[in-house]
Amino acid sequence: MSTANAPAVKPITVKQISQRPEVLTGGHRLCPGCGAPIALRQILLASDYPVVLANATGCVEVSTSIFPYTSWRAPWIHNAFENAAATISGAEAMYRSLKRQGRIPRDREIRFIAIGGDGGTYDIGLQSLSGALERGHRFLYVCYNNEGYMNTGIQRSSASPLGADTTTSPVGTVIPGKREFRKNLTEIVAAHEIPYVAQSATIPNRWGELINKARKALEAPGPSFINVLASCNRGWRHDMDETLELTQLAVDTCYWPLYEVVNGEYRLTYKPKEKKPVAEWLKRQGRFRHLFLPENEGIIQRLQEKVDRDWEQLLEKCGEK
Amino acid sequence: MEKMVAYSGNQAIAEAMRQINPDVCAAYPITPQTELMQQFASFVADGLVDTELVTVESEHSAMSACIGASAAGGRVMTATSAQGMALMWEVMYCASGLRLPIVMTIVNRALNAPLNIHGDHSDSMGARDSGWIQLYSENAQEAYDNLVQAVKIGEEPSVRLPVAVCYDGFITSHSIERMELLEDEEVKGFVGPYQNKFHPLLDVDHPVTYGPVDLQDYYTEHKRQQTEAMKKAMPVILKVAKEYEKLSGRRYGYFEEYRMDGAEIGMLILNSSAGTAKEVVDDLRASGVPAGLLKLRVFRPFPFQEITAALKQLKVLAIMDRCESFGAMGGPVFNEVRSALLDLERPPLTFNYIYGLGGREPTLAEIQRAFSRAQKVLASGKVEVFHDYLQVRE
Repeated sequence: MSTANAPAVKPITVKQISQRPEVLTGGHRLCPGCGAPIALRQILLASDYPVVLANATGCVEVSTSIFPYTSWRAPWIHNAFENAAATISGAEAMYRSLKRQGRIPRDREIRFIAIGGDGGTYDIGLQSLSGALERGHRFLYVCYNNEGYMNTGIQRSSASPLGADTTTSPVGTVIPGKREFRKNLTEIVAAHEIPYVAQSATIPNRWGELINKARKALEAPGPSFINVLASCNRGWRHDMDETLELTQLAVDTCYWPLYEVVNGEYRLTYKPKEKKPVAEWLKRQGRFRHLFLPENEGIIQRLQEKVDRDWEQLLEKCGEK
Repeated sequence: MEKMVAYSGNQAIAEAMRQINPDVCAAYPITPQTELMQQFASFVADGLVDTELVTVESEHSAMSACIGASAAGGRVMTATSAQGMALMWEVMYCASGLRLPIVMTIVNRALNAPLNIHGDHSDSMGARDSGWIQLYSENAQEAYDNLVQAVKIGEEPSVRLPVAVCYDGFITSHSIERMELLEDEEVKGFVGPYQNKFHPLLDVDHPVTYGPVDLQDYYTEHKRQQTEAMKKAMPVILKVAKEYEKLSGRRYGYFEEYRMDGAEIGMLILNSSAGTAKEVVDDLRASGVPAGLLKLRVFRPFPFQEITAALKQLKVLAIMDRCESFGAMGGPVFNEVRSALLDLERPPLTFNYIYGLGGREPTLAEIQRAFSRAQKVLASGKVEVFHDYLQVRE
């Protein structure tokens, strides 16, 4: 694919952002320090047009819609856990149908966004996501990835890293936490050859990282996807004021590289000045505490080797080598 | 002006869908429904409808996309059978809980395991508590008529519920029958334009939160409202039937009473086997046996008062279930009808036959056997076995 069709989107300015109304309002019941609303507010501020949202069951959904209250200033639907992509695809299909029939003005622009956690996206919602991507609906799917089923009480998902202590991969006397590497969902989505795929995070070192990716995603002429790392301090076990610092560390250790795939072309969007050892990120989180016992040294080594190998492959794909 | 055609049940429904012209349709292939959507897809390909056809990767996504589309604000239809409906199960409750008037054809088929693609009612009967209105159809004509009426029933503002139109796999879906079609303009006029009164998702100037978390303080009230909507559907079903009769000349109600005048023994049955049963009733009447038939059209909402009134003069009633409710006191139709009759001072003696499983179409002789048993019960005044299989090798 060529970059000729790459969405030409102007980066947004801080002044513009400050003048836009928040779509996700304050007063929701997400935990202090939760990474998800930080990411979602940025994504929602990115849109130049009204948005329609579908939210998979999960932390964000249950904390923002407790009847009779709502935190959403945009039309929003929760259907079930595994079907946010299919649900938004139906809404988008109705939009196209009514527009074609002239029942919605032709110049009425609406953007469609599906929101799911890693459980609702990497695991139970993967089929629904894959189907909607293949069908080419014009929508953005946002996976706020906190690496586990945090809403139900910190169970392992296929996004949980090797060695993570979760309630269904607990550290026992025989088994030292999760025994499998995480799934690389961003690459799985990229294999659908949709116009825009990105991996992102809300890092203090570059405030425009996520919001400008969201702008590109929303202007892509078909399906788009952003996998955004969003810390859960309850599950990761760190202080609630460390969220952004730990997100920055995830990126600087290259555990969570930031890149985009625009019409098949890979581009690294952030290169750490100095690639830090993954142990620096691990040691700040209670879920990895056991990895620093002498008998578990091998796990950190395996994690480091995997990060190194993936990073090298990514640099190659991005033409950085 | 009606047009006489020779159509299969699936063709009839595809034709009705073309005439109704839904805004969005999301569907997935499954035997014996597939042919229906195939036909409709060709209407889409030929530009005969305005429908956006969403060819999803599963029935779960079919119903999920229908929910998104319906909440977005427009007319939405789909169709399925058996395993497909079973996969939709979870989200069928979301469709009704969100009060979305989606119309779905269920081509009745047995549920796996063991795998069987033929007609029985295990699929739709299993979903009887999912909050969907259920209309059953004896043949292609009734399926067609029910589908056109379903749109209007579900979309009525006091109702706002999803509607399932059911008919038997293969015997109705694939057999070609003589039937009458309404003119395109007549159907269009009958269903009317879709009314968007509830700030759908695409009404971005009036944002609404659909499907919120609803806890101990409100959930009960919302379920109560669904029950109320089902109650309100009762007169609406009759009102729509009356309007439809004016248009088509064909009369519909909650059920059809066949030779019930002066009947002492009766049978209650749904869908295609009613045709066979009518033939048996005719033979019995010819030989002087006071037999009658009640063919139930509306199973949800369950018209218990009307059924009781229609059956009160019977002395014996054979209640036929084309699916099993394992471990229960008979099949689902038996349970509900028998329960309704218990308010009578002298309720008819009832017994239950499970029949027709996995496409074992009942013959005239088999239906006749059920009536013979009713005659024996009438003579003895006793029901020895209330739950039995009509056609089984023991």
